Formats: sequence, C-alpha cells, structure tokens
Amino acid sequence: MTGDSRTYKDVWVFAEQRGGRLMRVTFELLGKGGELAKSRGSRLCAVLLGKDIGGLSQELFAYGADAVYLADNTLLAQYTTDAYTSVISDLILAYKPEIVLYGATHIGRDLAARVAARIDTGLTADCTGLEIDTDTGLLMQTRPAFGGNLMATIVCRNHRPQMSTVRPGVMDKPARNDRKTGAVIMAEVCLTPDKLRTRVVETVKSDTPPVGLGEAKVIVSGGRGLDGSQGFELLNRLAGKLGGVVGASRAAVDSGWIGKGHQVGQTGTTVRPLVYMACGISGAIQHIVGMQCAGTIIAINKDPEAPIFKVADYGIVGDLYQVIPALIDSCDSAETLLKTRK
Amino acid sequence: MRIIVCVKQVPDTNEVKIDPETGTMIRAGVPSILNPDDKNALEQALLLKDEAGAHVTVLTMGPPQAAETLKECLAMGADDAVLLSDRAFAGSDTWATSNALAAAVRKLGGFDLILTGRQAIDGDTAQVGPQLAERLDIAQITYAQSLEIDADTVRCQRLLEDGYEIVETKTPALITAIKELNRPRYMSIRGIYDAFGENANIKVWGVADLGIDASQVGLKASPTSVNRSFSPPPKPKGKKMLDGTVDEMAGALAAELKRLHVI
Repeated sequence: MTGDSRTYKDVWVFAEQRGGRLMRVTFELLGKGGELAKSRGSRLCAVLLGKDIGGLSQELFAYGADAVYLADNTLLAQYTTDAYTSVISDLILAYKPEIVLYGATHIGRDLAARVAARIDTGLTADCTGLEIDTDTGLLMQTRPAFGGNLMATIVCRNHRPQMSTVRPGVMDKPARNDRKTGAVIMAEVCLTPDKLRTRVVETVKSDTPPVGLGEAKVIVSGGRGLDGSQGFELLNRLAGKLGGVVGASRAAVDSGWIGKGHQVGQTGTTVRPLVYMACGISGAIQHIVGMQCAGTIIAINKDPEAPIFKVADYGIVGDLYQVIPALIDSCDSAETLLKTRK
Repeated sequence: MRIIVCVKQVPDTNEVKIDPETGTMIRAGVPSILNPDDKNALEQALLLKDEAGAHVTVLTMGPPQAAETLKECLAMGADDAVLLSDRAFAGSDTWATSNALAAAVRKLGGFDLILTGRQAIDGDTAQVGPQLAERLDIAQITYAQSLEIDADTVRCQRLLEDGYEIVETKTPALITAIKELNRPRYMSIRGIYDAFGENANIKVWGVADLGIDASQVGLKASPTSVNRSFSPPPKPKGKKMLDGTVDEMAGALAAELKRLHVI
C-alpha cells in the first residue's frame, strides 16, 4: 500500500506455530521486534493464527509482545497459503502496522511473499540484520545475496508496511518474563472452505529426530576433507564427548555422507553455538555465513591456505584422522583429571 | 496440457571468488547458468510431457543474453520460449518482476500449470513464485519434492523443516520445485542443434508487447530498493594457529575446551 506512511504504526511479528507449539524463530522475532518498536516509540504486537491456540498468547507476552491479534478458527488449524494470506492481509489493511516480520521458514516464506503481493508492498527476504535509520525512521533490512558473497541493505521507502522475513537462528531469543501481560485482540475471520484452494492431506514428520543444530552449544562439523561417511562416525564420537551435535558442509551432504538435516550454511541452518569445530571444511562463503556467529571457532584442515582459518579462533593444520582421535584421548584424560581433582 | 516454466539466468555463485586483498566479490568471469531449482522445474514439465503429452513454454525476464539460457531449455526439450527484455524492466524487485511475468502469462493464453524453482541462487528470495501466483489468482504449492497429476488434481509433497506435508490442489496452479523433485536431464544433441540454430523458437517481448503500463515494472515501480551493498565484514576476532606434534596440538585444544567449560 502507498499513502501517508505516518498513519502506519506498531511492529508486528507473525507468531508461527505448528501443532500448537510456537516456533523458536517467533521468540527471536519478538526480541528484535521489541528493539525496533522501542526505536519507533510504538508497540510490539504478535499475530497468532490457528485453532485452539489462544493459550499461546501468554507465552508471546512473556517474550515481549504488548498485544496479540488472535485468529482462532477451524480453517486455520493447519497452515494453508490461502487462509493465512487472507486473514493476515485483512488484519494489516484494518490495523495498518508500520513493520511486519515473519520467520524465513518454509511457511513464513510461502506466506509473506503472497501477502506482500496482495497488499502491494515490499518484502525483503531472509534478513540477517534489521535496524531503524535514525534520520529517516526507515527499516534498514540487511541480507546476504549472491550466495553470501555480498551483503545488501534494502529499504522500502514509500509502501507500508515494511515487511521482512528473518533467518531463523540469527536474532537473539529474549529473556522470558512470565509476569508481563498484554491485550488480546480477537480478529474477525471471514473464511469459507471454498476459498481454500489447497488441502493438506497429511503431515509426515521425518523419521530421524531433528538434529538440534539451532539449539546446540557445541557443533562438530565435517566437510569434504572427511573423504567419506566413515568420517562422521569419528565426529560423532567427538561430539558425544563434548555434549554436542554433528554438523556438515554442503559438500558433505551433497556427497551423500550425511543427511541434509545436518547442513550448516546459507542453504542449511544458521547456527551460533558456543563452540564450532570445522573439520575438513575448506570454508566456502556459503558455509561461513551460517556459522561465523559461533562463540569460538576451531578449524582443523590439511590445507594451511583454507579460508576457514580466516574466521577461526584456533586453527590446526593437520590430518583430522590423526588430530581428532588424539583430541578424544586428551578429552578423556582431561575428564579423568577433573574427576580425580574432585 | 499446457505448462509454463519460469526460469532465470543467474551467475554461478559457487564460482564467485573473493579478492583476498580487498575482501570484495569478483564479478568478472563468473559464468551464467540456468538457475538450479528452475532446472528441476523444467525437468518436471518435461517428465509430464513425456508421460501424457504437454506443451511446455519457458518464460524468463532478463537482458538479451538470457536467450542463451532459453536455448538450453529448448535443447532439453521445451517447445518454445519467451524472453521479456526491455530496459524498462531493469531494477525490478520481486513485486515488479511478478507483474511483468503475470502479464506475459496472460498474453500466452491459458495454462494448466506454472512450474518454477523455489528460489534463484543470486537473490535467494523465493518470492517471485508466490507473487506470480497471487497476480494470477491461482493456488500455489512451494518447496515441492514430488508432484503427481491425476486429471485436474495436483498432489505434491511439500518439504518442511521437520518432514513434509502432502498437499492437493486443482489446476490451474503454480508449483515451486526444489532439487529433491527430480534429476534434470541433459540437453539432447538434436535439441542443441535446433535450439542453437538460426530458427530457435524464442520470442522477445518488451513492455509494449505486454500491454502493461511502464509504471508497473522496473526500478521506479519497485517497493524495495537496495540502499547499499557491501562485503560481509570480516570476523573481528584474532586467530591462533596451534603448532607442535599432533598430541601437543590436541592437548592444547583440549585445554581450551576445558577453559570454555565444554569438557
């Protein structure tokens, strides 16, 4: 929509839930959205759609929402493009938020693009940085482009709301405050079944449990240098020692050595563990953009010129098949040492 | 059946090199390719053509040299191709791009399916597919990892982060493909001969041909614009290369992990 941008206010967050559980990215959006609302002197609101999900409102307040727009309807029980687009577009047209944020998930990206086209406004995909320009009050939306080789800051000058999808795992999850409350605004839902052109026949959860890269404190990742799937058995042992999980580069996943759920990087998961160990990963930019926010980065690679060493805090040039078994031994003896001290 | 496949010519971002001195991207010499997800979309159209017969039209918007990508699509087996090329399209964001594509689809007449890739590797937005579907007021299924058609019913497995869902819709519909959908075929020799010959079946349309106002496309029509672009900032931390024997390095690393309370 174009028009007088001053009539638009408040920051909205699409509170994505699946099966009655809020997605982690929703909390991350509330954290960032709260900062933006503060800079604009406006409210932070969550938009919650589903069936029998009103109970989640309190959780949204606890993570910073001042108000929740709630649409509770049988036709919203499962995500469908048509139903969610219709409800959210109507809400935006009625209440005129200045900024709307969505998680860049498979649902958020499906939805936000369609909403942007329906209400004729701009949308910036997969943002990794959001801030308010102090002079203009515009939302500065920063995102990687060209496979992470370039960063671009995008603005939406004359259309409102300003909308972004935000990459999961990039923004901080705020602290929870269970004493915080807010207003629930019931949204009118004008949907009929014939307006829903797609039908979800069945939802199938993957057999393997989620790898948990997003939550992990320690990630031990392997790449092309592993030379085969057997390398991941070794990494599994090390990850077990460190209480971590196993990650992988795109090269390792594409080679079929490990499942796609383990992939870290631009086309995989963005991670920010306390410790990230890159084993046999050269450090293509696609990988770097997905792990550079880790607390401590340790790289093991045969090639001293590997770009991964540029972002590493600790580097070891050597054969990972020698270094990692030695490291496992050292961890064992460190553990023993700790136990005897106690 | 009539299928329109929307594709994009993109720089091969895997081949992009970074200048080690300035830390900036080197654009020169980066090869242009058919966007990988779009190739899966085209393959799916060609599979449907092989099975039940279909007319497959490939549509792209880009500079004149994007015709090379359309030739590749024709050589894989597409029937004809349309290139939207006009200075007026330059600088279009996804909103404006979907306007131009929608106008071209309308000009092409009826269709049963529009197939396109989930996203292009240069922009990675995944927005043009859904926005085109909205412009045409048809259903969309994104992230399709399988596709079956039975009369006018389309059934897809739509990939989610933690599994997938089976989604059904009726034609006409727009489906976005991911690489799990299929394995694209190679160009055929005969196809290459025809597509890269003088009589390649490629139409070139500008804004005037589409019958839309120039205010609907291009940089000025686009709600979003690039304020600035820059190289990703280097990580501000200092690095320490460990040395010594394998056991010494492993020991030093274990000590560091202990300091970080990991062990």
